[in-house]
Amino acid sequence: MEYVEITKEAEKKGQFAEQMRAFWKVFSIRKTAVFGLAIVCFVILIAILAPLLAPFDPVEDVDYGNRIANPSATHLFGTDEFGRDIFSRVLMGAQVSIAISVSAVTISAAIGIVIGLISGYYGRWVDNVLMRIVDGLMSFPPILFAIALMAALGNNMGNIIVALAVVYAPLFARLVRGTVLSVKNKEYVEAIQVMGGSHIRILFKHILPNCLSPLLIQMTTYFAYAILAEASLSFIGLGVPQPEPSWGNILYDGRQYMLEAPWITVFPGVAIAVTVLGLNLLGDGLRDYLDPRMK
Amino acid sequence: MANYVIKRLFSMIPVLLVVSIVVFLLVHLVPGDPAAVMLGAEATPQQLAELQEQLGLNKPLAEQFFNWLGHMLSGDLGHSLVSDKEVLTLLWERLPATMALIMYALLISVVIAIPLGIISAVRHNTRWDYGAMLIALIGVSVPNFWAGLLLIMTFSLHLGWFPSTGYVDVTQNLWKHLEHLALPAFALGFLQAGIVTRMTRSSMLEVLKQDYIRTIRAKGGTEKVVILKHALKNSMIPIITIIGINFGLLLGGTVVVETIFSIPGIGQLLVQSVFNRDYPVIQGVILCVAVIYVLISLVVDLLYAYFDPKIDYNEG
Repeated sequence: MEYVEITKEAEKKGQFAEQMRAFWKVFSIRKTAVFGLAIVCFVILIAILAPLLAPFDPVEDVDYGNRIANPSATHLFGTDEFGRDIFSRVLMGAQVSIAISVSAVTISAAIGIVIGLISGYYGRWVDNVLMRIVDGLMSFPPILFAIALMAALGNNMGNIIVALAVVYAPLFARLVRGTVLSVKNKEYVEAIQVMGGSHIRILFKHILPNCLSPLLIQMTTYFAYAILAEASLSFIGLGVPQPEPSWGNILYDGRQYMLEAPWITVFPGVAIAVTVLGLNLLGDGLRDYLDPRMK
Repeated sequence: MANYVIKRLFSMIPVLLVVSIVVFLLVHLVPGDPAAVMLGAEATPQQLAELQEQLGLNKPLAEQFFNWLGHMLSGDLGHSLVSDKEVLTLLWERLPATMALIMYALLISVVIAIPLGIISAVRHNTRWDYGAMLIALIGVSVPNFWAGLLLIMTFSLHLGWFPSTGYVDVTQNLWKHLEHLALPAFALGFLQAGIVTRMTRSSMLEVLKQDYIRTIRAKGGTEKVVILKHALKNSMIPIITIIGINFGLLLGGTVVVETIFSIPGIGQLLVQSVFNRDYPVIQGVILCVAVIYVLISLVVDLLYAYFDPKIDYNEG
């Protein structure tokens, strides 16, 4: 029995490796997508290793004698108005920005999946009620809705994640519902229903896998949106509270010193733009691979 | 068509109801007593009681909602807790600047995006295509507030060509009005241009593959006629959809851009109100923007009629 299980497991692993090889063969044709993937991997690595890579403490290492210093060998990206090292702050800012966007998008996708599955599968009044709520929530421009929620909840990292998750969840719900509607009347789903398969099993084991490709594409796009949204919120003072660095609030600091210290504004902006560019390129590549109709 | 318009108008009612419930509940999401949060730590018990009475916070939640909804429907959005002005008056004062900014941003984005998208599709897989797509990609990747800061640094602080902040109404001085809105409109429109360029390209590529385009070419139609008269018009539905959907993105973008450029629009009003904990104004702005957004979606749907007469409005 144990031998059979081990063999099945090995077969699965073999299949997965085969699938990954097939994926890479097609995906790597598009050089821009590979470039995007490389950027995203690099930024994630930087975010993980930030505490080790940062030469100074981004919050505690205040040096008033070295205020708004030019970029140099000691301070690669220069210093801010408190003499703090911008390079270290940008590195740690990556950690904060990535953590917020990954958490917000993952939570919103999870909420959206549940709402979309229920809405699309059960249909009728359940679908009507849920989709009207979703339509209502989608009537708010995302960043404005996030600002309103932050105004009510107060600004801290947890609340930014909650606000962005609430803002993006309806978009995922709509996407999943659409896929469920196109799948739920297929013969294999009806066959499982006739054979007495439970609704939960049908939803999560047989319908959900069909939603994964569009979900993955959407999630990549929304990671980029979430990074921009977090930066926008922090930039207007409603995001990550000072002195904790985030790309948005470093830019906010630099706004007052644009003429004498443009580096405070330039480097975190480049970090945001490059990360979002990487995610966009990766998203385009995944779209071409997973949904060739949209090419 | 008339039936479709009526049906579409009725479909807005549940959406607007959900919008109003969410906007109403915003105040109740505030941890603790909303009145205490709005007035701050130095408020006296008497002031607290007065504000609770004014906002109806001492009544049951359902009663509060229906009272609030009644006021909204009669055009009473309440008063600002800071300036004591009517919220509706504040919105009317601030809307023109925001709408002007959005219109110019849309104009800039369309002027950049449609030609770029067409060139990219017509010269598919050439240097022109790659160049246009690179510009579009930069457009969708650069945060508009950072673009705004870079524009201020370059064109205001270094070159001195444009004012860095402020706003002049169109009725006061047209030239100064345009001068003040040029940089913010470009910062805002550039992102939109990126999105619309990509959509124009993919939509045009799709249409250019169709049989009827080949037929027109075979009949001797010039490239100009094929592209501008047939391909572009038939590509317009997804382009209009994306412009409509992204109107919300522009409305959101104005918040940050108005803050950077000190433009007295509703975005700046919202940010100021958040810092002042002026919840009636926050609710008013959010409600106003959501209603505008819903109306824009309606307009986009109706515009389909012009660009695709094949759509049967008597169905569904």
